[in-house]
Amino acid sequence: MAEVKLRTPISHEESKALRVGDVVSFSGEFLLCRDKAHARLLEFACQQRPIPVRMEGIPIYHAGPVVRELDRSLRIIAAGPTTSLRMEEYEAHILRHYKPRIVVGKGGMGKRTLEALVDTGGAYAVFPGGAAILAARSIKEVMGVYWMDLGVPDALWHTRVEEFGPCVVTMDSTGGSLHERINSESLGRLRDLLSRQLPSSGVGASACQNLPLKGFDLGRN
Amino acid sequence: MQEEVLVAQVKKLLRMAETCLPADVLEALREAYELESSSLSRMQLQAFIENSRIACEGSLPICQDTGMISFYVSVGDGVQLPGWLSSCLRRAVSELSEEMPLRPNLVSALGRQNLGNVGACAPQVWIEQVPGDNIELAVLPKGGGSENMSSLAMLKPWEGLEGIRRLALSQIQNSGGQPCPPTIVGIGIGGGADVAARLAKKALLRSLKERNGDPEVAGFERELKEEANALGIGPMGVGGRTTVLGVNVEVCDCHVASLPVAINMHCWAARRAKMIISSQGEFKFLSHEVE
Repeated sequence: MAEVKLRTPISHEESKALRVGDVVSFSGEFLLCRDKAHARLLEFACQQRPIPVRMEGIPIYHAGPVVRELDRSLRIIAAGPTTSLRMEEYEAHILRHYKPRIVVGKGGMGKRTLEALVDTGGAYAVFPGGAAILAARSIKEVMGVYWMDLGVPDALWHTRVEEFGPCVVTMDSTGGSLHERINSESLGRLRDLLSRQLPSSGVGASACQNLPLKGFDLGRN
Repeated sequence: MQEEVLVAQVKKLLRMAETCLPADVLEALREAYELESSSLSRMQLQAFIENSRIACEGSLPICQDTGMISFYVSVGDGVQLPGWLSSCLRRAVSELSEEMPLRPNLVSALGRQNLGNVGACAPQVWIEQVPGDNIELAVLPKGGGSENMSSLAMLKPWEGLEGIRRLALSQIQNSGGQPCPPTIVGIGIGGGADVAARLAKKALLRSLKERNGDPEVAGFERELKEEANALGIGPMGVGGRTTVLGVNVEVCDCHVASLPVAINMHCWAARRAKMIISSQGEFKFLSHEVE
């Protein structure tokens, strides 16, 4: 576990060297981009249309900000991360096509994104969810905002950040994923917990182990 | 009571909810910080606590997801409810959305056009009549990440508390870091499908220090909290001892053939605020200390 300060654009070597557990801060350009902007990026990629910003080596941050207009300039006053898993449909394609190399969000992402991180030498990191004011304090400038027709939270926000962190790398280019590990460990603990029953379970559960309670399993959820 | 006065007070209530965490939630986060041993989980909790302090001091939204807003109005049966109450609540949300600002979170469900924060069924206003001479007004702004981890199940009656326990633990495990743990888990039992869902959310209004009045249910709340924390999901799902800050269960009676159960989790930024409007038209804030 290392503490790393990175400046954008982030090179292939820099992103590839990151490992699960590293604590990272970012300075430079940062793209706030969530559901609808992901869909549009993909649409533009398919149609081979140009996008309004450069993305190679510029981290994608899953966030929809609260924005205040001050003296005719836009200020981001709150910008914590949103749930990354909603972007699972898009992220692998975007990592391969636009090469942002770094994705920052919360909650982790799935297998397709992890594969793309391995293929492209990228990394995924989490910022503390809900810590919106801390995040906004590191966002020093709105350099541009595009696709406002998608609404404020879903527009593409091109920003400049200084020491944006603490971000913790949870998925890396070797295929390591803290989320997969926590999920399998907690699933094991869940199975242990559910192998026992409440002493107060109805219908004399302990005396009737082969009766209805046996039909209940994790699958129903 | 004048419309203008009510709008101003509701805006104050909503601003309080959006910017300052209730004392019981802050205390629970601090306890969690002391309890955690790994640097990753402590780092998350430290950020939560620091973020909450700055937000409250600067009257800024704790989280950028300022939420969908629900109002719960308990009207004393001795009170004549003004017909313009709901329109005042809508106005308060609309005005504060510009003034604070709140993030425009409302979209048309199918067309996905952004509508601001006021529209069909938004803000939600639930009005119920209770004995008494006051109006109690509570507000619950809730983010999409935690709301998305909600569920409803129509259990078989024989499944009882054991079935509810299995459902809740599976749901908490399956949600992982997505609802921004440590969460507060609201469980609504009984009524029908609609009532259970409403109870689960309403349960989130209760302080972490209060347990259900029924000793059996209160015991269930305590045990489920302990079991959920044994899952090891931890703050933001990075692993750790604190996956939930508390479990609040609300129960209604239900149909002989049914056992409806709904689960609704609040993120660690468990925003809520409550006030009393007396019959003399005085406003008293219950959830927060007001100078």
